[in-house]
Amino acid sequence: MAWSAMKRRIALVPGAVLAALTGACAGIQSPLAPASDQAFALHDLLILMTAVCGLIYLLVIAGLVWSVLRARQHAKRAAAAPVDDSALDRSLIATAAIIVTGLTVLIFGSFLADRALLAARAEKAMMVRVTGHQWWWRIEYRNAATGRWVETANELHLPLGRTTRVELASNDVIHSFWVPNVSGKIDMIPGRRNMLDLTPRRSGWFRGACAEFCGAQHAHMALDVRVDDPVAFDAWLAGQAEAARKAQGPGEALFALHCGSCHAVRGTPANGRAGPDLTHFAARRLIAAGTLPMTRGALQGWIAQPQALKPGTAMPAVPLRPAEADAVASYLAALR
Amino acid sequence: MIPDRAHLDRLDRSWRDPPGFWGFLTTVDHKRIAARYIVTALFLMFLAGMLALDMRWQLSVPENTRMGPQLYNESFSLHGSTMLFLVSVPLMEAMAFWLVPLMLGARNMAFPRLGAFSFWLYFGGVLCLWIAHAADITPDLGWFEYPPLSGPAYSPGHRADIWAQMITFTEVAALAASVNVAATILKMRPPGMTMARMPVFLWAMLIASIMTILSMPAVMLVTSMLIADRLVSTHFFSPAGGGDALLFQHLFWFFGHPEVYIIFVPATGFVSSIVETFSRRKLFGHSAIVLSMMSIGALAFGLWVHHMFAVGLPRLGNDFYTAASMAIALPAGLQIFCWIATVWSGRLRLATPMLWVLGFVATFVIGGLSGVMTASAALDLQLTDTYFVVAHLHYVLIGGAMFPLFGAFAYWYPKATGRLMSERWGSIAFIGIVGGFNLGFMPMHFLGLMGMPRRVYTYPPGMGWETLNQIATLGSAVAILGGLVFVANALWSYRHGQPAGSDPWGGSTLEWASPSPPPAFNIAYTPVVRSLTPMWDEGPGLPAMDGLGLDRREVLITSVTAAVPLYRQKSAGPSIWPLASSLAVSAMFIGSIFTPWAIAIGAAPIAATLTGWFWPDRPRAGSDAPSAGA
Repeated sequence: MAWSAMKRRIALVPGAVLAALTGACAGIQSPLAPASDQAFALHDLLILMTAVCGLIYLLVIAGLVWSVLRARQHAKRAAAAPVDDSALDRSLIATAAIIVTGLTVLIFGSFLADRALLAARAEKAMMVRVTGHQWWWRIEYRNAATGRWVETANELHLPLGRTTRVELASNDVIHSFWVPNVSGKIDMIPGRRNMLDLTPRRSGWFRGACAEFCGAQHAHMALDVRVDDPVAFDAWLAGQAEAARKAQGPGEALFALHCGSCHAVRGTPANGRAGPDLTHFAARRLIAAGTLPMTRGALQGWIAQPQALKPGTAMPAVPLRPAEADAVASYLAALR
Repeated sequence: MIPDRAHLDRLDRSWRDPPGFWGFLTTVDHKRIAARYIVTALFLMFLAGMLALDMRWQLSVPENTRMGPQLYNESFSLHGSTMLFLVSVPLMEAMAFWLVPLMLGARNMAFPRLGAFSFWLYFGGVLCLWIAHAADITPDLGWFEYPPLSGPAYSPGHRADIWAQMITFTEVAALAASVNVAATILKMRPPGMTMARMPVFLWAMLIASIMTILSMPAVMLVTSMLIADRLVSTHFFSPAGGGDALLFQHLFWFFGHPEVYIIFVPATGFVSSIVETFSRRKLFGHSAIVLSMMSIGALAFGLWVHHMFAVGLPRLGNDFYTAASMAIALPAGLQIFCWIATVWSGRLRLATPMLWVLGFVATFVIGGLSGVMTASAALDLQLTDTYFVVAHLHYVLIGGAMFPLFGAFAYWYPKATGRLMSERWGSIAFIGIVGGFNLGFMPMHFLGLMGMPRRVYTYPPGMGWETLNQIATLGSAVAILGGLVFVANALWSYRHGQPAGSDPWGGSTLEWASPSPPPAFNIAYTPVVRSLTPMWDEGPGLPAMDGLGLDRREVLITSVTAAVPLYRQKSAGPSIWPLASSLAVSAMFIGSIFTPWAIAIGAAPIAATLTGWFWPDRPRAGSDAPSAGA
């Protein structure tokens, strides 16, 4: 264990060097800062491939420069000496041998990494369904105790050190689930189900994004990912499973009337399925699949003018009087 | 043989186009057709390059408001579709059209009118896409439009249809062009040019043409299925109706991957020609290079799944495609070894065409190696659909195909115009384009590894992507400036360049035997070939054979492998029918965007024009026909 932890730390060095060289980066959406078994396997493979390919590139450039210098020298001679290519013939075979050796190493490495991605498949794991929509993510946890599904959206929580099995599907067009710190991307395809195992080893916030072009707002289809220790995760999930807290004021009724045909808030008459479930909306960090921060101002702007902030989104501007919009925003901001 | 005046005059009378505008419309001269292709494609390259610069401007700062999502999505769709379907492939075909007959010492292509038809239909595809753009019905779903996004439910209107039909246009044109090139190379080689004595360039064009013939039907099928889904509610790609969204991807990439090599293989032909001439020695490893091309051509059809590693296909199958994709590195690497070895053992002359080859090796190898990385089914899950892939595909297509093309342009420019391009401005353009390109696209590798997905019209601040995006924008601007210098140099040299003579570089192949620019009939006598490098071994006094008719258009047909003269064939003269029939086909294609009836009604004018085209215009061959003399 100690060795593998050290190996991981060593493996992180090239990524850190690269990050320093490029003057960056936050690293919350990057294959260079792995945070799970699967991402570590891919990161190791990336380092192996970069090293082998870098070496081959240096060899090619050295050969090219040497040849140009040598042939410039030869050009000063008046006539061509009779050409003897036997040495070159032998070098051609040697080159083929070098290439085949390099490729064998890389194919083998790739195969092993591919196996590593599936290493957890044999184990029992918590199931999560993630469904792509234009342009947001429906997320459903299976509560192992009750057997019921708990729905949320746009923010995925994962327990540290345990494997979570994500089932990926799409409601409309092809999307792709990509949280690079935690795993490589897998497409979400209508009519198909894909599986992805995630075994996080580092807690914190990470960011994912849709990686397959899915229409006008492909750029605003981000996913917040939180890796927590199992105790905190279980508490979070238990909280998510509960119905919304009772609200005071006119917000709840207004929301159910104007928003409830698309959005659900469990425990209230709002039970629409077209848009994200908002039962614990205010507990999330971001609004509209990573488009806006969760602030009161952003929320009010989003309710008033969704088409200006995310042109093309399925959410219409609902005609509300200022006082009504304010009440709806207050209501939503209290849904923790 | 030194031709006398009267001989040349009679040839000229037979092969010359009618004067004026009518000649422009009816010409079947392969050089004029190729020049049209090249001018059109270069102009489109400029337009699509401007779109790229506009997109780089948009991405230079986070949350930029230069473009909204719709405009950005249209821009990258138009950029990609134009560059791949209307620029890269047609440019390679144009080079084949222009050079293949000259390099064979032949008077024209095998099917002259089909050549004219190819161009007019390609031009119809250009107009289809760009007039639609002017009318604001620009395709907006990228250069591969995956259903269901491109299906009727998610893309109402006609943007997706325009894209699909533009493909039909260009692919019919490409098929026609490839059949023409392949037939010309197989059946019209000069006596003595056996398969073993075919220059690498001809091999490249032959292999690329055969690949086109085998791969293009897949994309025409898939775009036609898409149109059918949209127009007559078939359900090929809709899962709810029993179709499969992935079927589109399989068929598209079964074409799409060979397409990349259809662009790359001709480029290796240019590189081989240039390396040989400027190293002043016979190309090292002729057979190794040709065999490499063949294996690239064959492997290309067995690795399309590497575009689909993230769709969730069975893992063991994915690993097979990993091995097949990486295997490409062997033939590609051996080719590069052969070129470097030729330089190493030669007496190098560093003129601009050779500079482009050096730039090609230094740049393309990066693209090849990043291709090896993305070929890993596992690692690709982190790389595909990010800026790493954007960097990779531009390194391969620009570094691997456009740099050799620019080199080829500088190399054969004196043959086409009779004048040399300026070496000084050529070097400046070279430095601008190669430097700007690498400055622009190298940072994209890092952007991809830092998590930036492709096809996003904007990104939030705080991701650490700003600086690299700004460097990328700067680099693309420099490269485009370099491109403008290149074009200015070509235009200026057209009038003011140094006169070139027939063989300014000391090339080894037969195109250098023709005068510069070549006359309508290309060459006075059919040369006889006894080696791989006839111009070096026989000098300007090439052995030649006589016997082709002077007073009517005749070409020599030889046998496929040994190039033994078989018979003389009448070669078609100028005709308006290729233009007329391509207009009829265009009308049908455009109409079928709007109604399925266009296919039924539009068939009538096509039948009429084709009847006109094939109407016999000569007496049936009888015993009075001139006997074959060789």
